Amino acid sequence: MSSMTRTAHKNGLDLSEIRERLSTREGQDYWRSLNELADTEEFRDYLHREFPEGASEWNDKVGRRKFLQVMGASLAFAGLTSCTRQPPEKIVPYIRAPEQIVPGKPLFFASALSQGGFARGVLVESHAGRPTKIEGNPAHPATPRPGNATFGPTDAITQAQILDLYDPDRTQVPVGNGRASTWTRFSATLATEVAKLDLDQGQGLRLLTETVTSPVLVSQIRALLEKYPNARWHQFEPGTRDNAREGARMAFGEVVETQYHFEKAKRILSLDADFMESGAASVRHARHVALGRKVIDGQKADMNRLYVVESSPSNTGSFADHRLPLKASQVEGFARAVAAALGINAMGGNNVGHDTWLNALVKDLAAHRGTSLVIAGDHQPPAVHALAHAINNALGNVGSTVTYTDPVEAEPTNQHASLKDLTVDMSEGSVSLLVVLGGNPVYNAPADLNFAAAYQEVTTRIHLGQSQNETARLSHWHLPEAHALEAWGDTRAFDGTVSIVQPLIEPLYGGKSAAALVAMMMGDGRTDYDRVKEYWGEQYKESDFETAWQTYLHDGLVPNTALPERSVSTTENYGTPSQASEGFEVNFRLDPTIGDGRYANNGWLQELPKPHTRLTWDNAALIAPATAEEMGLQNGDVVALSANNRSVEAPVWIAPGHPANAVTVHLGFGRTAAGRVGNGVGFNAYELQTSDSPWTASDASMTKTGQTYPLACTQDHHSMEGRALVRSGTVDEYEKHPHFVHEMGHDPGPDANFFDGIHDNDGIAWGMAIDLNSCNGCNACTVACQSENNIPVVGKDEVLNGREMHWIRIDRYYKGDLDNPELYNQPVPCMQCENAPCELVCPVGATVHSAEGLNDMAYNRCVGTRYCSNNCPYKVRRFNFLHYADEETQSFKLQRNPNVTVRGRGVMEKCTYCVQRISAARIEAKVEDRELKDGDITTACQGACPADAIVFGDIKDPNSRVAKLKAQQRNYGILTELNTKPRTTYLARLTNPNPEISQHG
Amino acid sequence: MGSPAPINDPTMPAPVLGPGQTYTTVTQKLSAIITSRTPLGWIAAMLIAGGILQLLMLSATWLLIKGTGIWGLNIPVGWGWAIINFVWWIGIGHAGTLISAILLLMRQQWRNSINRFAEAMTIFAVMCAGMFPLLHTGRPWVAAYWLLPYPNTMSVWPQFRSPLIWDVFAVGTYFTVSLIFWYLGLIPDFATLRDKAKHKISQIIYGVLSMGWRGSAKHWFNYEMASLLLAGVSTPLVLSVHSIVSLDFSVGLIPGWHATIFPPYFVAGAVYAGFAMVLTLGLPIRYFYGLHDYITDRHLNNMGKVMLATGLIVAYGYAMEQFFAWYSASPYEGYMMQNRTFGPYSGTYWSLILCNVAIPQLLWIKKVRLSPLWLFIISMFINVGMWLERFIIVVTSLHRDFMPSSWDMYHSTPWDWGLYAGTIGFFLFMMILFIRVMPVINIFEIRQLVANKSHGEHAETASADD
Repeated sequence: MSSMTRTAHKNGLDLSEIRERLSTREGQDYWRSLNELADTEEFRDYLHREFPEGASEWNDKVGRRKFLQVMGASLAFAGLTSCTRQPPEKIVPYIRAPEQIVPGKPLFFASALSQGGFARGVLVESHAGRPTKIEGNPAHPATPRPGNATFGPTDAITQAQILDLYDPDRTQVPVGNGRASTWTRFSATLATEVAKLDLDQGQGLRLLTETVTSPVLVSQIRALLEKYPNARWHQFEPGTRDNAREGARMAFGEVVETQYHFEKAKRILSLDADFMESGAASVRHARHVALGRKVIDGQKADMNRLYVVESSPSNTGSFADHRLPLKASQVEGFARAVAAALGINAMGGNNVGHDTWLNALVKDLAAHRGTSLVIAGDHQPPAVHALAHAINNALGNVGSTVTYTDPVEAEPTNQHASLKDLTVDMSEGSVSLLVVLGGNPVYNAPADLNFAAAYQEVTTRIHLGQSQNETARLSHWHLPEAHALEAWGDTRAFDGTVSIVQPLIEPLYGGKSAAALVAMMMGDGRTDYDRVKEYWGEQYKESDFETAWQTYLHDGLVPNTALPERSVSTTENYGTPSQASEGFEVNFRLDPTIGDGRYANNGWLQELPKPHTRLTWDNAALIAPATAEEMGLQNGDVVALSANNRSVEAPVWIAPGHPANAVTVHLGFGRTAAGRVGNGVGFNAYELQTSDSPWTASDASMTKTGQTYPLACTQDHHSMEGRALVRSGTVDEYEKHPHFVHEMGHDPGPDANFFDGIHDNDGIAWGMAIDLNSCNGCNACTVACQSENNIPVVGKDEVLNGREMHWIRIDRYYKGDLDNPELYNQPVPCMQCENAPCELVCPVGATVHSAEGLNDMAYNRCVGTRYCSNNCPYKVRRFNFLHYADEETQSFKLQRNPNVTVRGRGVMEKCTYCVQRISAARIEAKVEDRELKDGDITTACQGACPADAIVFGDIKDPNSRVAKLKAQQRNYGILTELNTKPRTTYLARLTNPNPEISQHG
Repeated sequence: MGSPAPINDPTMPAPVLGPGQTYTTVTQKLSAIITSRTPLGWIAAMLIAGGILQLLMLSATWLLIKGTGIWGLNIPVGWGWAIINFVWWIGIGHAGTLISAILLLMRQQWRNSINRFAEAMTIFAVMCAGMFPLLHTGRPWVAAYWLLPYPNTMSVWPQFRSPLIWDVFAVGTYFTVSLIFWYLGLIPDFATLRDKAKHKISQIIYGVLSMGWRGSAKHWFNYEMASLLLAGVSTPLVLSVHSIVSLDFSVGLIPGWHATIFPPYFVAGAVYAGFAMVLTLGLPIRYFYGLHDYITDRHLNNMGKVMLATGLIVAYGYAMEQFFAWYSASPYEGYMMQNRTFGPYSGTYWSLILCNVAIPQLLWIKKVRLSPLWLFIISMFINVGMWLERFIIVVTSLHRDFMPSSWDMYHSTPWDWGLYAGTIGFFLFMMILFIRVMPVINIFEIRQLVANKSHGEHAETASADD
């Protein structure tokens, strides 16, 4: 918050006037932001005027220092690199070529990447030995795409982990007492420490890990604990699902894992669960909910219906048919009321109103016994989880849409309690050796634990981590941890399915895995590979393990390791009803892009516009319009948030749909030792968090400080101005009148061409269809595109200047009520117009039409007049105003896709429909002497999309998926009245509202 | 106009030449500006202009080092000050060509005393203008020749459908023809200076520049012929150059650009701006060098009238833009105009209306047209107004076009200012230099006026004035 500037606002946001204006609007009225609704010019311009770019450019800390930080282009770093031993380079041809390596042809390896301890199956693209791109493994349950799909869906964070691998700020050598050291020296220290442990059976030894599902690591830790029975193992990470565990314990007397089967659900109720965006199975869930809403002309629409009760606007909420914003503490009362209405003796109950909504919901759920599904959010207290279990039971969903298994975690732990125990032990001085295997508790432990102080009471502190983070800096030894793409290991998915983690590259900086470090403590000299293979060899009961092992590696999972369904016995305990707080509440949430802060140094994720707010490079205190109105707050005004006798300063952002009298803050920001990208970005919300109530702080207060802070938002610009960009209707409207979409806009038709069929040919015509009925705005496409196409990061200043580079962006529009609007997401890549306005105006012919209908960019030819961008009605073109591509940082060079040009300064760029993939597939087809067939080419965005919202292919092939989608009645192009003939078209969104909830709300 | 009228007839225009002028006085007076000792005021002006010129060097250097990101450009506003300045400078150049070519063809003799520096102004303004399209590109080092149709082994040609290519030809031709025309007109005067020069070096330089001009009848015959031909070539250029520049916009489909009225409206605007600049420069020169006998009230009056007429055409253009926005019934056009008029840049729009439409209405008053001070003030307003007009066209059209999600504001940076001010410095520097080394007023044409006058005002009455 150091760079806050004092600015006076000319004109306030008159929210009461906005309400009035909204109430007089009729029909399909979209609005984009409060600014538009306010309709005051001062306000339209507000975001930018308060922080004039001119000034920022002039005051630029010599040569866009921040920008350089972001891209990490530092010669100093190059010097550092040279301190480590580089593998010898030999420029000789292979005498005996390595198996399978064909120069220029990538290989894909199946592996798994964990988030919060749980696996997402991935296929990693490797070019000449360097991993460049992460795709989903379609066979993996967390990233499923059945059929013969090449890639499975993923999420934004998984996509971005390739950048973490090459992060130049990763630790490169072991650090002992703040000085560069070696593994050999560390081994010596460790030997001394271990010798001490042997004396008292590990009395003073503590292990602190994050959530662990890896069977190999667990077996090692167990062996360690067996050897040192007095030692203890603690687990902690901020995104811990303590509430779900405790909820299960409350409902069933034991911790079980709940498995949700959204593919079978027709009616879904989310009790403050953002299940499509967060959690171990979010990709799968998002996919199944979206697939349950696919509508095809001529078939009876059988859409599921999604009800979302939520305390903070989420992607899941934006996807809902009915969304009810409630304060976090009110959700329990609502859940009790639902339970009570279904005949559960839940006590307490609805003290939040919304009876019509609730009754209609209950009726709808009850009418769908066995095909409904209720899910409670990880932020909600255990009682809500217990109630959700009871409701599912009462609705007969258990065994159909909801099943139970044993926990996937080897040691399900209440992690906040576990960390608290550890802190007590540490401050009492009873910990002599603490080994932190990953994680960053000094930064991310709730503030009330005073972890940092207690940590320093430990005699010897050893930290294993990928970067020298806050915890590393307070440790005696900080050891470089191998990235998941660098070391052998294993991990489990949400349902228990085991994947072998395969390294794609030698550790760049000699890092070791957590398992390797535990092995060192145990004197286990095996390699990671041997350890993992031997472990799974022991588990394998049949003959020929070698073949099985190869299959594990090839498929990316160990077959039949999903946990079997089990029965549970209910306790009928739903906790003591707690009263919804009357006061001001603070919601703590993991950040949708940088998680708990571990991805803070990842430029792709920092610059990824967050769902709903479209903010980049900062977190903000999200407040309801009503709260803003009450307190006279504008976007960017800095407030002091106080709770539990602690206070932080944060800029506010008005989030339509946020419940009033509450604020949402995202964790993971305000880091001091994240690295060049993540340091000092945003404010640290952990400073307000307590271990007793980590997700909500009640009785908080918010006061205006009078300062303002610039927030870099990519899209808080104005309304849709009545333009038919996003088109939507209810499923009833669609069934009665399937043509409704086309009446919303003007399409000049196929004959409106001055010149006949200039781009007509007999060959292929590439096109794309984007189903808005499936998109929830998860951003996976944006990061996938960034990764595939070597798209640079520009930094906060440049985003403020309006120069972000994403080739596919997600436009967001609001519709309806200010306090609870509907939200529409619209991914916008290049439209590849048949009559492309950009091509006509380029003076050097740098953007030209291909025979297959692509609007190609010849970067080498581009002189950068920017005329094409001016003339692009969709504004999908991106310009390298400065030298954005980082050509200095050695490690980033390894990440780049060798098939895509790295664009220099002064060159225009844009979406190409992944032309490099098209070419690769064409070459392959030619080599195999066959025609290209539908599905041969998957664009990066399409491959990443959990919901199959994006479909690409040959629109001239009537049997291609894209042609079939484009034949749908819901298919429309945007701005077709300009006769651009876009090849990218959209399918209108449909909602499936409950007729009994007459008014949306 | 039938029979010759007395010179002081109030129904007749004022004379284009002051009383009592002879060949000798004209030659003496006009060549003395060059051959006399360097005035201190000139040195001071040169220093100031040279100082501002350094801004050009600095801004251009930094631009080449860092890229166009030092300006306020973004997506959607891909064009900013560079293009605004380009159009502004090109417009300013137009008066010179109009005066030297069209008025020559129309035998408007009052043009004689202002055409020389108006032409010089054209040359320097086009030089200033020419810098911008190149500097505004992302990669000027290749843009410098890739926009030209030169034969190359790659068989890659420019894209001839792009108005930017048309610009290259239009502006290139314009500059070349203007330069030749200007130089041709200077030849007899260089000869005069050669004869007047006292210093050996000056004699040699002017001697070379005068290309052996001896003033023979043959020379004059060839000169007149060449002059007429060049005037004939230049005349369409006056109309074509700015028409083509306007096509940069009207070929685009952006609301606010995509308008058929642009070519005539731009040409009128260019003449408007050009005459304003002629006054802006001419009035101080007239004042400082005491050229009242050569740049007479008649000139002021006529230039005022030209500005009034072209100003009204420009105002009509603004009105038509509003009308089209409404009549097209296109929501995009409608929004564009509403945004232009009442949006975040409405202050700029209304300033433009003030500068280009409201204030120049004072020119209806003859007293104002005859008052150097008033004319100077009004011409400054028009200079500013014409810049604002281009700002409005470029920026307000782009910043909110079709996709509201991409709308953004445009804020200039000090580097935008630096480059713009730098070209003004360059322009002034060149003008001041020009005054000192070349005859600022066409000596032989003035002598011709003297001749005409002494031969009974034939020319004066033979042609219909303004």
